[in-house]
Amino acid sequence: MYGNLVLRPEEIPNWGKKIEEEDPEKLAEFEARIARGEKIEPWDWMPFEYRRQLIRMIEQHAHSEIIGALPEGTWITRAPNFRRKLALMAKVQDEVGHAQLLYSAAETLGKSREAMINDLLSGKSKYSNIFNYPAKTWADTAIIAWLVDAGAIINQTTNSKGSYGPYVRALERICWEESFHLKYGYDSVVYLATGTPKQRAMLQDALNRWWRPIMHFFGPPDTQSVHTEKLVRWKVKLATNDEMRQQFLDMYVPKIWELGLTVPDPLLHKDPETGRWVYSDPNWEEFWQVINGNGPCNAERLAVRRFAEANGRWVREALKAPQARYVTPLA
Amino acid sequence: MASLDPRIRRAEPALWNVELPPLPPLDQWQTYEVFVVRTRGSHAQHVGSLHAPDPELALVLAKEQYARRSTCVALWVVPTEAIHRTAPNDEDLFQPATDKSYREPQGYLTTRERLEKYRHRLQSC
Repeated sequence: MYGNLVLRPEEIPNWGKKIEEEDPEKLAEFEARIARGEKIEPWDWMPFEYRRQLIRMIEQHAHSEIIGALPEGTWITRAPNFRRKLALMAKVQDEVGHAQLLYSAAETLGKSREAMINDLLSGKSKYSNIFNYPAKTWADTAIIAWLVDAGAIINQTTNSKGSYGPYVRALERICWEESFHLKYGYDSVVYLATGTPKQRAMLQDALNRWWRPIMHFFGPPDTQSVHTEKLVRWKVKLATNDEMRQQFLDMYVPKIWELGLTVPDPLLHKDPETGRWVYSDPNWEEFWQVINGNGPCNAERLAVRRFAEANGRWVREALKAPQARYVTPLA
Repeated sequence: MASLDPRIRRAEPALWNVELPPLPPLDQWQTYEVFVVRTRGSHAQHVGSLHAPDPELALVLAKEQYARRSTCVALWVVPTEAIHRTAPNDEDLFQPATDKSYREPQGYLTTRERLEKYRHRLQSC
């Protein structure tokens, strides 16, 4: 009548099965549960394809938090004053904390943390493209904290309506913490925008350089994006890339213009008839180039991660409990 | 462009070109489930899990991961392995098999009605 919680790939009977090979009765029950708005928990039956897509998605999200801490982290030692330094440290700590929550959520699906870290370090797993660009000035950190975190909040709020319990719970907590990042970022941007001509110029320069990666942030246009009707039905994917991009433009372009800043896209405007934003092609070829390892900072980001791993490993070694036995976390 | 990361600029090149064999299983320690008591008098609530080598460090890490922002007056950690739960397909175990209204307050809604009827009968005699 009671079960322990051990969940390893070899103990999941339908591990590796194609969707056509799944038990149709169980699949129907699973889909009905999602249609009723119920959550799926780690101990519930789920098709392997659902498991695989969620592992991929949550793992990528976790890696993005870890790598995302790097461009901003480099500015902690050069923050302009003590309050900003404390705030930036808190933000970077949050990002790393979010990665911990997300790794735990992904683990409940049957991929161990060791396997995820191995895949990050070997370059097998991806992370958000935007972190492969350099943060050249202090204004870059302000633009990241405001606009990149704004994008992340839109993405995460959307996903928090999803069907997988542990991921949804982690996202709710993350969104709540991210709201400080957004306020802090906006405050930093407004401070520079209302400052000296040099500060304004630095801010505009940062926005010019980050605009294209921000447009890439939500992923390729719907016409190129490979997501299926199935993932929508399973509430893994809740909005299309273009829908989220439009939402972002709706919320933030007016705020950018309000500051007297310009967006480096002469075509950018909202079509009064369709109510949708029109913009120039943000060079999707560059997006694919960066994803495949050829961005300005891909090598450096992974090198820093490997450096931290190589030089921090002895700490874990020293504390290892030899009698420990691995089970996946509960929820 | 030269790197902006102070670690890249300061570290000895020898530290960069290290062999990095894949992490073996359990390298990230075992998992603990974390429970937070948000205010005095409230139940401890499960909030998630973490990796730690022992309960003492699990509490230290739990404070960073789960009590960094919202209120908290106490933390509990339990090795995941120590938790037993009812089997996933036993959810119906908790559904009443028969009418259980006799054990619920809603099962006693006609009391007043009965008394009113009785008093009415007395009056009409």
